Amino acid sequence: MIRSLPRSRGYTMGYGLYVTLYFVFLFAPLAVTCVLAFNDSQFPSLPWKGFTLDWFLADLPARTGIFHDRGNLSSIFTSAQTAILVSVLATLVGTCAAFLFEQEEFPLKGALYFLMLAPLVVPGVILGISILIAATTAGTFMEDVLGIDVGILRPGFWLVVLGQFSFITTFVTLVVSARLKKFDRTLEEAALNLGATRLEVIRYITLPFLRTAIIGAGAVAFLMSFENFNTTLFLVGSEPTLPINLYLQVRDGSTPVINAISFLLIVGTSLVACVNLYAGRRTEVSS
Amino acid sequence: MSAAVMSSAPTRSGPGLRLTLALFLTPVVLWLGLLIVLPHIDLLIMSFRMDPSFGDQGWSLENYHQFFAEPIYWLTFVRTAGYSVLVTLLTFLVSLPVAFYVTKVVARNTSRFLLTMLLLPFWVSELVRVYGWMILLRESGVLNHWLMALGITGAPVEMLYNDATMIMGLVYTSMLFMVVPLVSVLESLDDSLIEAACDLGAGPWTIMRTIVVPHCMPGIVSGGIVVFMLTLGNYLTPNLMGGKNSLWFTEQIYNQFIASFNWNQGAAFGFLLLALSSCIIWLGLRLTGQKLSRVVQ
Repeated sequence: MIRSLPRSRGYTMGYGLYVTLYFVFLFAPLAVTCVLAFNDSQFPSLPWKGFTLDWFLADLPARTGIFHDRGNLSSIFTSAQTAILVSVLATLVGTCAAFLFEQEEFPLKGALYFLMLAPLVVPGVILGISILIAATTAGTFMEDVLGIDVGILRPGFWLVVLGQFSFITTFVTLVVSARLKKFDRTLEEAALNLGATRLEVIRYITLPFLRTAIIGAGAVAFLMSFENFNTTLFLVGSEPTLPINLYLQVRDGSTPVINAISFLLIVGTSLVACVNLYAGRRTEVSS
Repeated sequence: MSAAVMSSAPTRSGPGLRLTLALFLTPVVLWLGLLIVLPHIDLLIMSFRMDPSFGDQGWSLENYHQFFAEPIYWLTFVRTAGYSVLVTLLTFLVSLPVAFYVTKVVARNTSRFLLTMLLLPFWVSELVRVYGWMILLRESGVLNHWLMALGITGAPVEMLYNDATMIMGLVYTSMLFMVVPLVSVLESLDDSLIEAACDLGAGPWTIMRTIVVPHCMPGIVSGGIVVFMLTLGNYLTPNLMGGKNSLWFTEQIYNQFIASFNWNQGAAFGFLLLALSSCIIWLGLRLTGQKLSRVVQ
Protein backbone atom coordinates (compact mmCIF):
# COMPACT_ATOMS: atom_id res chain seq x y z
CA MET A 1 0.00 0.00 0.00
CA ILE A 2 2.68 2.49 1.04
CA ARG A 3 6.45 2.45 0.78
CA SER A 4 6.98 0.71 4.14
CA LEU A 5 4.56 -2.13 3.39
CA PRO A 6 4.96 -5.12 1.07
CA ARG A 7 3.01 -4.67 -2.14
CA SER A 8 1.75 -7.11 -4.71
CA ARG A 9 3.36 -6.96 -8.13
CA GLY A 10 0.10 -6.15 -9.87
CA TYR A 11 -0.55 -3.24 -7.53
CA THR A 12 2.89 -1.73 -8.07
CA MET A 13 2.74 -2.07 -11.83
CA GLY A 14 -0.84 -0.88 -12.16
CA TYR A 15 -0.18 2.15 -9.99
CA GLY A 16 3.06 2.95 -11.80
CA LEU A 17 1.24 2.77 -15.12
CA TYR A 18 -1.47 5.16 -13.92
CA VAL A 19 1.04 7.73 -12.71
CA THR A 20 3.04 7.43 -15.94
CA LEU A 21 -0.13 8.04 -17.97
CA TYR A 22 -0.93 11.02 -15.75
CA PHE A 23 2.45 12.58 -16.48
CA VAL A 24 2.06 11.94 -20.21
CA PHE A 25 -1.35 13.67 -20.02
CA LEU A 26 0.26 16.51 -18.09
CA PHE A 27 3.13 17.18 -20.48
CA ALA A 28 1.70 16.13 -23.86
CA PRO A 29 0.20 19.51 -24.85
CA LEU A 30 3.33 21.42 -23.79
CA ALA A 31 5.73 19.01 -25.50
CA VAL A 32 3.76 19.06 -28.77
CA THR A 33 3.61 22.87 -28.73
CA CYS A 34 7.36 23.14 -28.22
CA VAL A 35 8.28 20.57 -30.88
CA LEU A 36 6.06 22.12 -33.54
CA ALA A 37 7.69 25.51 -33.00
CA PHE A 38 10.66 24.07 -34.94
CA ASN A 39 8.69 22.40 -37.75
CA ASP A 40 9.38 23.73 -41.24
CA SER A 41 5.68 24.05 -42.16
CA GLN A 42 3.13 26.85 -42.61
CA PHE A 43 0.76 25.24 -40.09
CA PRO A 44 1.26 24.11 -36.51
CA SER A 45 0.62 20.46 -37.38
CA LEU A 46 2.33 17.28 -38.55
CA PRO A 47 3.81 15.89 -40.82
CA TRP A 48 7.32 16.83 -39.79
CA LYS A 49 8.94 18.72 -42.66
CA GLY A 50 12.35 19.34 -41.15
CA PHE A 51 13.92 21.51 -38.49
CA THR A 52 13.82 25.29 -38.82
CA LEU A 53 14.31 28.38 -36.71
CA ASP A 54 12.16 30.44 -39.11
CA TRP A 55 9.38 30.91 -36.56
CA PHE A 56 11.85 32.71 -34.34
CA LEU A 57 14.17 34.50 -36.75
CA ALA A 58 12.67 34.77 -40.25
CA ASP A 59 11.53 38.07 -41.73
CA LEU A 60 9.98 36.91 -45.00
CA PRO A 61 6.63 37.87 -46.58
CA ALA A 62 5.17 34.39 -45.92
CA ARG A 63 6.87 33.84 -42.59
CA THR A 64 7.43 36.30 -39.81
CA GLY A 65 9.37 34.93 -36.87
CA ILE A 66 8.57 36.18 -33.40
CA PHE A 67 11.61 38.47 -33.26
CA HIS A 68 10.26 40.42 -36.27
CA ASP A 69 6.54 40.19 -35.48
CA ARG A 70 5.56 43.77 -34.59
CA GLY A 71 2.09 42.99 -33.20
CA ASN A 72 3.22 40.23 -30.89
CA LEU A 73 6.39 42.02 -29.83
CA SER A 74 4.47 45.12 -28.82
CA SER A 75 1.95 43.01 -26.87
CA ILE A 76 4.85 41.33 -25.05
CA PHE A 77 6.16 44.79 -24.24
CA THR A 78 2.73 45.92 -22.96
CA SER A 79 2.46 42.79 -20.81
CA ALA A 80 5.93 43.31 -19.38
CA GLN A 81 5.17 46.95 -18.51
CA THR A 82 1.88 45.94 -16.90
CA ALA A 83 3.46 43.08 -14.98
CA ILE A 84 6.33 45.22 -13.63
CA LEU A 85 3.96 47.93 -12.45
CA VAL A 86 1.47 45.46 -10.97
CA SER A 87 4.13 43.44 -9.15
CA VAL A 88 5.74 46.55 -7.64
CA LEU A 89 2.38 47.99 -6.51
CA ALA A 90 1.07 44.65 -5.25
CA THR A 91 4.28 43.96 -3.35
CA LEU A 92 4.20 47.36 -1.65
CA VAL A 93 0.54 47.24 -0.64
CA GLY A 94 0.63 43.50 0.10
CA THR A 95 3.54 43.97 2.50
CA CYS A 96 1.67 46.81 4.23
CA ALA A 97 -1.36 44.53 4.52
CA ALA A 98 0.74 41.72 5.97
CA PHE A 99 2.10 44.06 8.67
CA LEU A 100 -1.38 45.42 9.28
CA PHE A 101 -3.00 42.03 9.84
CA GLU A 102 -0.11 40.39 11.68
CA GLN A 103 1.18 43.18 13.93
CA GLU A 104 -1.48 45.87 14.39
CA GLU A 105 -4.69 45.90 16.35
CA PHE A 106 -7.64 48.05 15.33
CA PRO A 107 -11.44 47.91 15.33
CA LEU A 108 -13.13 45.85 12.61
CA LYS A 109 -9.90 43.98 11.88
CA GLY A 110 -11.80 40.72 11.28
CA ALA A 111 -14.11 42.33 8.73
CA LEU A 112 -11.22 43.92 6.85
CA TYR A 113 -9.36 40.59 6.84
CA PHE A 114 -12.40 38.91 5.33
CA LEU A 115 -12.56 41.61 2.64
CA MET A 116 -8.88 41.08 1.91
CA LEU A 117 -9.61 37.38 1.21
CA ALA A 118 -12.63 38.16 -0.99
CA PRO A 119 -10.68 38.48 -4.30
CA LEU A 120 -9.75 34.80 -3.92
CA VAL A 121 -13.36 33.70 -4.22
CA VAL A 122 -14.60 36.26 -6.73
CA PRO A 123 -14.28 34.89 -10.29
CA GLY A 124 -11.85 36.96 -12.38
CA VAL A 125 -14.50 37.76 -14.95
CA ILE A 126 -16.73 39.34 -12.29
CA LEU A 127 -13.83 41.37 -10.93
CA GLY A 128 -13.18 42.61 -14.47
CA ILE A 129 -16.75 43.72 -15.15
CA SER A 130 -17.22 45.38 -11.75
CA ILE A 131 -14.06 47.41 -12.13
CA LEU A 132 -15.07 48.32 -15.69
CA ILE A 133 -18.49 49.47 -14.47
CA ALA A 134 -17.10 51.41 -11.50
CA ALA A 135 -14.44 53.13 -13.62
CA THR A 136 -17.03 54.10 -16.22
CA THR A 137 -19.37 55.45 -13.53
CA ALA A 138 -16.53 57.45 -12.01
CA GLY A 139 -15.47 58.70 -15.45
CA THR A 140 -18.99 59.83 -16.35
CA PHE A 141 -19.30 61.54 -12.99
CA MET A 142 -16.02 63.40 -13.48
CA GLU A 143 -17.07 64.53 -16.92
CA ASP A 144 -20.66 65.55 -16.07
CA VAL A 145 -20.06 67.18 -12.71
CA LEU A 146 -16.48 68.45 -12.81
CA GLY A 147 -16.03 68.74 -16.55
CA ILE A 148 -12.72 66.83 -16.56
CA ASP A 149 -12.04 63.98 -18.94
CA VAL A 150 -10.06 61.35 -17.03
CA GLY A 151 -8.42 59.02 -19.55
CA ILE A 152 -7.25 56.57 -16.88
CA LEU A 153 -10.85 55.54 -16.24
CA ARG A 154 -11.43 54.31 -19.80
CA PRO A 155 -10.49 50.73 -20.74
CA GLY A 156 -6.76 50.64 -21.38
CA PHE A 157 -3.37 50.19 -19.78
CA TRP A 158 -4.11 51.78 -16.40
CA LEU A 159 -7.41 50.02 -15.90
CA VAL A 160 -5.73 46.68 -16.63
CA VAL A 161 -3.07 47.53 -14.02
CA LEU A 162 -5.74 48.39 -11.43
CA GLY A 163 -7.80 45.29 -12.21
CA GLN A 164 -4.86 42.90 -11.88
CA PHE A 165 -3.51 44.70 -8.83
CA SER A 166 -6.87 44.30 -7.06
CA PHE A 167 -6.58 40.51 -6.74
CA ILE A 168 -2.83 39.86 -7.03
CA THR A 169 -2.25 41.93 -3.85
CA THR A 170 -4.19 39.30 -1.89
CA PHE A 171 -1.70 36.61 -2.91
CA VAL A 172 1.24 38.80 -1.94
CA THR A 173 -0.40 39.51 1.43
CA LEU A 174 -0.87 35.80 2.15
CA VAL A 175 2.72 34.90 1.19
CA VAL A 176 4.30 37.71 3.22
CA SER A 177 1.95 37.09 6.19
CA ALA A 178 2.95 33.43 6.28
CA ARG A 179 6.59 34.45 6.66
CA LEU A 180 5.82 37.22 9.15
CA LYS A 181 4.03 34.68 11.39
CA LYS A 182 7.36 32.91 11.89
CA PHE A 183 9.11 36.09 13.02
CA ASP A 184 10.37 36.08 16.58
CA ARG A 185 8.91 39.24 18.07
CA THR A 186 11.31 39.32 21.00
CA LEU A 187 13.87 40.66 18.48
CA GLU A 188 11.65 43.71 17.95
CA GLU A 189 11.17 44.04 21.66
CA ALA A 190 14.92 44.08 22.20
CA ALA A 191 15.42 46.77 19.57
CA LEU A 192 12.63 48.89 21.05
CA ASN A 193 14.21 48.55 24.51
CA LEU A 194 17.51 49.70 23.06
CA GLY A 195 15.83 52.87 21.85
CA ALA A 196 14.89 52.18 18.23
CA THR A 197 11.63 53.64 16.95
CA ARG A 198 8.96 51.38 15.47
CA LEU A 199 9.85 52.46 11.91
CA GLU A 200 13.55 51.78 12.52
CA VAL A 201 12.67 48.30 13.80
CA ILE A 202 10.72 47.57 10.63
CA ARG A 203 13.43 49.03 8.40
CA TYR A 204 16.42 47.28 9.99
CA ILE A 205 15.00 44.11 11.50
CA THR A 206 11.66 42.97 10.13
CA LEU A 207 12.09 43.86 6.44
CA PRO A 208 15.48 42.09 6.08
CA PHE A 209 13.85 39.02 7.67
CA LEU A 210 11.03 39.18 5.10
CA ARG A 211 13.27 39.88 2.11
CA THR A 212 13.15 36.47 0.42
CA ALA A 213 9.40 36.15 0.95
CA ILE A 214 8.83 39.60 -0.56
CA ILE A 215 11.02 38.88 -3.58
CA GLY A 216 9.31 35.51 -4.09
CA ALA A 217 5.87 37.08 -3.82
CA GLY A 218 6.94 39.77 -6.30
CA ALA A 219 8.05 37.12 -8.80
CA VAL A 220 4.76 35.24 -8.47
CA ALA A 221 2.86 38.54 -8.84
CA PHE A 222 4.82 39.26 -12.02
CA LEU A 223 3.91 35.88 -13.50
CA MET A 224 0.25 36.13 -12.47
CA SER A 225 -0.02 39.55 -14.07
CA PHE A 226 1.85 38.52 -17.21
CA GLU A 227 -0.48 35.57 -17.75
CA ASN A 228 -3.77 37.03 -16.60
CA PHE A 229 -6.61 36.66 -19.05
CA ASN A 230 -10.04 36.71 -17.35
CA THR A 231 -9.86 40.09 -15.62
CA THR A 232 -7.85 41.73 -18.39
CA LEU A 233 -10.35 40.66 -21.09
CA PHE A 234 -12.86 43.29 -19.97
CA LEU A 235 -10.45 46.10 -19.18
CA VAL A 236 -8.18 46.02 -22.19
CA GLY A 237 -8.15 48.97 -24.58
CA SER A 238 -6.36 49.43 -27.88
CA GLU A 239 -3.08 47.94 -26.60
CA PRO A 240 -3.70 44.22 -26.02
CA THR A 241 -1.56 42.32 -23.52
CA LEU A 242 0.13 39.12 -24.71
CA PRO A 243 -2.54 36.65 -23.49
CA ILE A 244 -5.31 38.68 -25.15
CA ASN A 245 -3.34 39.01 -28.37
CA LEU A 246 -2.53 35.27 -28.38
CA TYR A 247 -6.16 34.42 -27.70
CA LEU A 248 -7.32 36.35 -30.76
CA GLN A 249 -4.74 34.62 -32.94
CA VAL A 250 -5.46 31.14 -31.55
CA ARG A 251 -9.19 31.61 -32.04
CA ASP A 252 -8.86 32.74 -35.63
CA GLY A 253 -6.06 30.31 -36.55
CA SER A 254 -2.46 31.28 -37.10
CA THR A 255 1.03 30.19 -38.09
CA PRO A 256 3.49 28.34 -35.82
CA VAL A 257 4.71 31.72 -34.58
CA ILE A 258 2.31 31.06 -31.67
CA ASN A 259 4.29 27.91 -30.93
CA ALA A 260 7.49 29.92 -30.92
CA ILE A 261 6.01 32.40 -28.41
CA SER A 262 4.66 29.51 -26.32
CA PHE A 263 8.09 27.87 -26.37
CA LEU A 264 9.71 31.06 -25.06
CA LEU A 265 6.99 31.41 -22.41
CA ILE A 266 7.39 27.80 -21.28
CA VAL A 267 11.17 28.13 -21.01
CA GLY A 268 10.91 31.54 -19.29
CA THR A 269 8.28 30.56 -16.74
CA SER A 270 10.04 27.27 -15.96
CA LEU A 271 13.20 29.19 -15.17
CA VAL A 272 11.36 31.63 -12.88
CA ALA A 273 9.55 28.71 -11.25
CA CYS A 274 12.76 26.77 -10.62
CA VAL A 275 14.54 29.80 -9.16
CA ASN A 276 11.51 30.46 -6.95
CA LEU A 277 11.31 26.85 -5.74
CA TYR A 278 15.05 26.76 -5.10
CA ALA A 279 14.98 30.06 -3.17
CA GLY A 280 11.91 28.89 -1.24
CA ARG A 281 13.65 25.69 -0.19
CA ARG A 282 16.73 27.59 0.95
CA THR A 283 14.58 29.84 3.14
CA GLU A 284 12.90 26.76 4.61
CA VAL A 285 16.25 25.26 5.49
CA SER A 286 17.71 28.42 6.97
CA SER A 287 14.71 29.31 9.13
CA MET B 1 7.42 49.34 28.56
CA SER B 2 7.93 46.51 26.13
CA ALA B 3 4.73 44.82 27.24
CA ALA B 4 2.75 47.90 26.34
CA VAL B 5 4.47 48.08 22.98
CA MET B 6 3.95 44.41 22.30
CA SER B 7 0.26 44.36 23.03
CA SER B 8 0.01 47.51 20.91
CA ALA B 9 -3.42 48.26 22.31
CA PRO B 10 -4.71 51.45 20.66
CA THR B 11 -5.43 53.14 23.99
CA ARG B 12 -1.92 52.75 25.36
CA SER B 13 0.14 53.13 22.21
CA GLY B 14 2.51 55.99 21.62
CA PRO B 15 2.52 58.33 18.63
CA GLY B 16 4.96 56.04 16.78
CA LEU B 17 2.49 53.21 16.82
CA ARG B 18 -0.34 55.40 15.61
CA LEU B 19 1.87 56.49 12.74
CA THR B 20 2.67 52.93 11.61
CA LEU B 21 -0.97 51.93 11.93
CA ALA B 22 -1.96 54.81 9.65
CA LEU B 23 0.90 53.97 7.29
CA PHE B 24 -0.25 50.37 6.89
CA LEU B 25 -3.98 50.98 7.07
CA THR B 26 -4.29 53.71 4.44
CA PRO B 27 -3.11 51.80 1.34
CA VAL B 28 -5.02 48.69 2.39
CA VAL B 29 -8.27 50.58 2.92
CA LEU B 30 -7.83 52.41 -0.38
CA TRP B 31 -7.17 49.13 -2.19
CA LEU B 32 -10.12 47.24 -0.70
CA GLY B 33 -12.51 50.19 -0.68
CA LEU B 34 -11.91 51.52 -4.18
CA LEU B 35 -11.13 48.32 -6.06
CA ILE B 36 -13.19 45.66 -4.27
CA VAL B 37 -16.11 47.14 -2.32
CA LEU B 38 -17.16 50.06 -4.53
CA PRO B 39 -17.04 48.15 -7.85
CA HIS B 40 -19.21 45.34 -6.49
CA ILE B 41 -21.75 47.79 -5.09
CA ASP B 42 -21.79 49.48 -8.48
CA LEU B 43 -22.30 46.08 -10.15
CA LEU B 44 -25.30 45.42 -7.92
CA ILE B 45 -26.82 48.86 -8.57
CA MET B 46 -26.31 48.54 -12.31
CA SER B 47 -28.07 45.19 -12.38
CA PHE B 48 -31.22 46.77 -10.93
CA ARG B 49 -31.40 49.52 -13.56
CA MET B 50 -32.49 49.51 -17.18
CA ASP B 51 -30.47 50.44 -20.24
CA PRO B 52 -30.04 54.22 -19.84
CA SER B 53 -30.36 54.81 -23.61
CA PHE B 54 -34.16 54.54 -23.14
CA GLY B 55 -34.06 57.22 -20.46
CA ASP B 56 -33.75 56.75 -16.72
CA GLN B 57 -36.49 54.40 -15.60
CA GLY B 58 -35.54 54.04 -11.94
CA TRP B 59 -35.17 50.70 -10.18
CA SER B 60 -36.30 47.59 -11.97
CA LEU B 61 -36.12 43.81 -11.75
CA GLU B 62 -36.37 43.52 -15.52
CA ASN B 63 -32.80 42.26 -15.98
CA TYR B 64 -33.40 39.38 -13.57
CA HIS B 65 -36.79 38.74 -15.13
CA GLN B 66 -35.11 38.48 -18.54
CA PHE B 67 -32.81 35.81 -17.12
CA PHE B 68 -35.70 33.56 -16.13
CA ALA B 69 -37.85 34.38 -19.17
CA GLU B 70 -35.23 33.37 -21.74
CA PRO B 71 -34.48 29.61 -21.47
CA ILE B 72 -31.10 30.07 -23.19
CA TYR B 73 -29.91 32.20 -20.26
CA TRP B 74 -30.94 30.07 -17.33
CA LEU B 75 -30.20 26.83 -19.16
CA THR B 76 -26.63 28.02 -19.73
CA PHE B 77 -26.45 28.96 -16.04
CA VAL B 78 -27.65 25.53 -14.87
CA ARG B 79 -25.41 23.72 -17.35
CA THR B 80 -22.38 25.75 -16.26
CA ALA B 81 -23.09 25.00 -12.59
CA GLY B 82 -23.68 21.29 -13.25
CA TYR B 83 -20.58 20.87 -15.36
CA SER B 84 -18.52 22.73 -12.76
CA VAL B 85 -19.59 20.23 -10.11
CA LEU B 86 -18.74 17.38 -12.49
CA VAL B 87 -15.32 18.88 -13.25
CA THR B 88 -14.61 19.28 -9.52
CA LEU B 89 -15.49 15.62 -8.88
CA LEU B 90 -13.44 14.34 -11.81
CA THR B 91 -10.47 16.49 -10.82
CA PHE B 92 -10.59 14.99 -7.33
CA LEU B 93 -10.80 11.42 -8.64
CA VAL B 94 -7.88 11.96 -11.03
CA SER B 95 -5.69 13.81 -8.51
CA LEU B 96 -6.06 11.72 -5.34
CA PRO B 97 -4.15 8.65 -6.60
CA VAL B 98 -1.37 10.88 -7.94
CA ALA B 99 -1.08 12.88 -4.70
CA PHE B 100 -1.05 9.61 -2.72
CA TYR B 101 1.61 8.11 -4.99
CA VAL B 102 3.87 11.13 -4.73
CA THR B 103 3.63 11.45 -0.94
CA LYS B 104 3.31 7.85 0.25
CA VAL B 105 4.28 5.26 -2.35
CA VAL B 106 7.37 6.49 -4.16
CA ALA B 107 10.81 6.72 -2.49
CA ARG B 108 11.35 9.96 -0.57
CA ASN B 109 14.03 11.53 -2.75
CA THR B 110 12.05 10.82 -5.93
CA SER B 111 9.02 12.35 -4.25
CA ARG B 112 10.56 15.86 -4.21
CA PHE B 113 11.40 15.64 -7.88
CA LEU B 114 7.97 14.30 -8.90
CA LEU B 115 6.28 17.08 -6.95
CA THR B 116 8.26 19.74 -8.79
CA MET B 117 7.35 18.08 -12.10
CA LEU B 118 3.68 18.06 -11.08
CA LEU B 119 3.72 21.82 -10.46
CA LEU B 120 5.82 22.89 -13.42
CA PRO B 121 3.17 22.89 -16.22
CA PHE B 122 0.89 25.11 -14.18
CA TRP B 123 3.32 28.00 -14.16
CA VAL B 124 2.75 28.21 -17.89
CA SER B 125 -0.12 30.39 -19.08
CA GLU B 126 -3.49 28.65 -19.39
CA LEU B 127 -3.69 29.90 -22.96
CA VAL B 128 -0.54 28.00 -23.95
CA ARG B 129 -1.88 24.81 -22.38
CA VAL B 130 -5.24 25.11 -24.15
CA TYR B 131 -3.43 25.85 -27.41
CA GLY B 132 -1.39 22.67 -26.91
CA TRP B 133 -4.59 20.63 -26.61
CA MET B 134 -6.00 22.32 -29.70
CA ILE B 135 -3.08 21.36 -31.92
CA LEU B 136 -3.18 17.84 -30.49
CA LEU B 137 -6.88 17.19 -30.93
CA ARG B 138 -8.17 19.16 -33.90
CA GLU B 139 -9.08 17.61 -37.23
CA SER B 140 -5.67 18.37 -38.71
CA GLY B 141 -4.04 17.74 -35.34
CA VAL B 142 -1.17 15.60 -34.18
CA LEU B 143 -3.30 12.81 -32.71
CA ASN B 144 -5.26 12.40 -35.94
CA HIS B 145 -2.03 12.30 -37.90
CA TRP B 146 -0.80 9.41 -35.77
CA LEU B 147 -4.11 7.56 -35.78
CA MET B 148 -4.18 7.68 -39.57
CA ALA B 149 -0.52 6.72 -39.87
CA LEU B 150 -1.22 3.67 -37.72
CA GLY B 151 -4.27 2.87 -39.82
CA ILE B 152 -6.68 3.04 -36.89
CA THR B 153 -8.91 5.58 -38.61
CA GLY B 154 -9.27 6.15 -42.34
CA ALA B 155 -10.36 9.78 -42.19
CA PRO B 156 -9.54 12.46 -39.60
CA VAL B 157 -11.92 12.65 -36.66
CA GLU B 158 -12.78 16.03 -35.13
CA MET B 159 -12.03 15.58 -31.43
CA LEU B 160 -12.20 19.25 -30.52
CA TYR B 161 -15.33 21.35 -30.04
CA ASN B 162 -17.51 19.04 -27.98
CA ASP B 163 -18.56 18.80 -24.34
CA ALA B 164 -16.36 15.83 -23.44
CA THR B 165 -13.20 17.54 -24.69
CA MET B 166 -14.17 20.75 -22.93
CA ILE B 167 -14.62 18.84 -19.63
CA MET B 168 -11.24 17.18 -20.16
CA GLY B 169 -9.66 20.59 -20.76
CA LEU B 170 -11.24 22.04 -17.62
CA VAL B 171 -10.04 19.08 -15.52
CA TYR B 172 -6.55 19.54 -16.97
CA THR B 173 -6.55 23.24 -16.12
CA SER B 174 -7.75 22.63 -12.55
CA MET B 175 -5.64 19.64 -11.49
CA LEU B 176 -2.92 21.66 -9.79
CA PHE B 177 -5.36 23.33 -7.42
CA MET B 178 -6.48 19.90 -6.24
CA VAL B 179 -3.08 18.19 -6.15
CA VAL B 180 -1.35 20.83 -4.00
CA PRO B 181 -3.80 20.83 -1.05
CA LEU B 182 -4.07 17.02 -1.24
CA VAL B 183 -0.29 16.63 -1.09
CA SER B 184 -0.07 18.94 1.90
CA VAL B 185 -2.71 17.06 3.94
CA LEU B 186 -1.29 13.69 2.92
CA GLU B 187 2.13 14.75 4.13
CA SER B 188 0.66 15.25 7.59
CA LEU B 189 -0.88 11.75 7.61
CA ASP B 190 1.20 9.45 9.81
CA ASP B 191 2.28 6.34 7.88
CA SER B 192 1.96 4.20 10.98
CA LEU B 193 -1.83 4.61 10.90
CA ILE B 194 -1.90 2.92 7.50
CA GLU B 195 0.58 0.27 8.66
CA ALA B 196 -1.54 -0.49 11.73
CA ALA B 197 -4.68 -0.80 9.64
CA CYS B 198 -2.87 -3.11 7.26
CA ASP B 199 -1.60 -5.29 10.14
CA LEU B 200 -5.13 -5.56 11.43
CA GLY B 201 -6.22 -6.93 8.09
CA ALA B 202 -7.76 -3.96 6.27
CA GLY B 203 -7.59 -4.02 2.48
CA PRO B 204 -6.48 -1.01 0.39
CA TRP B 205 -10.05 -0.02 -0.29
CA THR B 206 -10.99 0.02 3.41
CA ILE B 207 -7.86 1.98 4.28
CA MET B 208 -8.68 4.55 1.61
CA ARG B 209 -12.26 4.93 2.81
CA THR B 210 -11.77 4.92 6.57
CA ILE B 211 -8.33 6.52 7.02
CA VAL B 212 -7.02 8.41 4.02
CA VAL B 213 -10.15 10.22 2.83
CA PRO B 214 -11.36 11.33 6.30
CA HIS B 215 -7.87 12.64 7.10
CA CYS B 216 -7.73 14.49 3.77
CA MET B 217 -11.10 16.20 4.18
CA PRO B 218 -9.70 19.74 4.81
CA GLY B 219 -7.54 19.46 1.68
CA ILE B 220 -10.39 18.02 -0.35
CA VAL B 221 -12.67 20.90 0.64
CA SER B 222 -10.16 23.65 -0.03
CA GLY B 223 -9.13 22.06 -3.34
CA GLY B 224 -12.76 21.52 -4.28
CA ILE B 225 -13.71 25.11 -3.55
CA VAL B 226 -10.86 26.56 -5.59
CA VAL B 227 -11.43 24.18 -8.51
CA PHE B 228 -15.16 24.85 -8.54
CA MET B 229 -14.71 28.60 -8.47
CA LEU B 230 -12.04 28.64 -11.17
CA THR B 231 -14.08 26.33 -13.41
CA LEU B 232 -17.24 28.36 -12.99
CA GLY B 233 -15.39 31.55 -13.87
CA ASN B 234 -13.34 30.08 -16.71
CA TYR B 235 -13.71 31.70 -20.11
CA LEU B 236 -10.78 30.49 -22.23
CA THR B 237 -11.22 26.73 -22.08
CA PRO B 238 -14.97 26.54 -22.85
CA ASN B 239 -14.56 29.22 -25.50
CA LEU B 240 -11.68 27.57 -27.34
CA MET B 241 -12.37 23.86 -26.73
CA GLY B 242 -16.15 23.74 -26.46
CA GLY B 243 -18.45 23.46 -29.46
CA LYS B 244 -21.33 25.62 -30.65
CA ASN B 245 -23.58 24.09 -28.00
CA SER B 246 -21.10 24.25 -25.12
CA LEU B 247 -21.86 27.84 -24.18
CA TRP B 248 -20.46 28.77 -20.74
CA PHE B 249 -22.12 31.39 -18.56
CA THR B 250 -19.05 33.64 -18.61
CA GLU B 251 -19.46 33.76 -22.41
CA GLN B 252 -23.03 35.01 -21.90
CA ILE B 253 -21.65 37.78 -19.69
CA TYR B 254 -19.02 38.63 -22.29
CA ASN B 255 -21.65 38.72 -25.03
CA GLN B 256 -23.83 41.11 -23.04
CA PHE B 257 -20.92 43.43 -22.33
CA ILE B 258 -18.96 43.41 -25.55
CA ALA B 259 -21.34 42.24 -28.29
CA SER B 260 -24.81 43.50 -27.24
CA PHE B 261 -23.40 46.36 -25.18
CA ASN B 262 -26.18 45.79 -22.64
CA TRP B 263 -24.17 46.38 -19.47
CA ASN B 264 -27.19 46.27 -17.19
CA GLN B 265 -28.14 42.78 -18.34
CA GLY B 266 -24.49 41.74 -18.11
CA ALA B 267 -24.26 43.12 -14.56
CA ALA B 268 -27.28 41.04 -13.54
CA PHE B 269 -25.65 37.93 -15.03
CA GLY B 270 -22.41 38.75 -13.28
CA PHE B 271 -24.16 39.15 -9.97
CA LEU B 272 -25.98 35.82 -10.41
CA LEU B 273 -22.67 34.06 -11.10
CA LEU B 274 -21.10 35.72 -8.06
CA ALA B 275 -24.07 34.69 -5.90
CA LEU B 276 -23.85 31.09 -7.13
CA SER B 277 -20.13 30.79 -6.48
CA SER B 278 -20.44 32.40 -3.03
CA CYS B 279 -23.33 30.06 -2.12
CA ILE B 280 -21.46 26.93 -3.10
CA ILE B 281 -18.32 28.06 -1.26
CA TRP B 282 -20.35 28.90 1.85
CA LEU B 283 -22.12 25.54 1.63
CA GLY B 284 -18.84 23.67 1.26
CA LEU B 285 -17.38 25.44 4.29
CA ARG B 286 -20.53 24.96 6.30
CA LEU B 287 -20.87 21.24 5.59
CA THR B 288 -17.33 20.57 6.72
CA GLY B 289 -17.23 23.18 9.49
CA GLN B 290 -14.20 25.06 8.17
CA LYS B 291 -13.27 28.72 8.03
CA LEU B 292 -12.38 30.54 4.82
CA SER B 293 -9.21 31.93 6.34
CA ARG B 294 -7.98 28.41 7.09
CA VAL B 295 -8.91 27.01 3.72
CA VAL B 296 -6.95 29.58 1.73
CA GLN B 297 -3.70 29.05 3.62
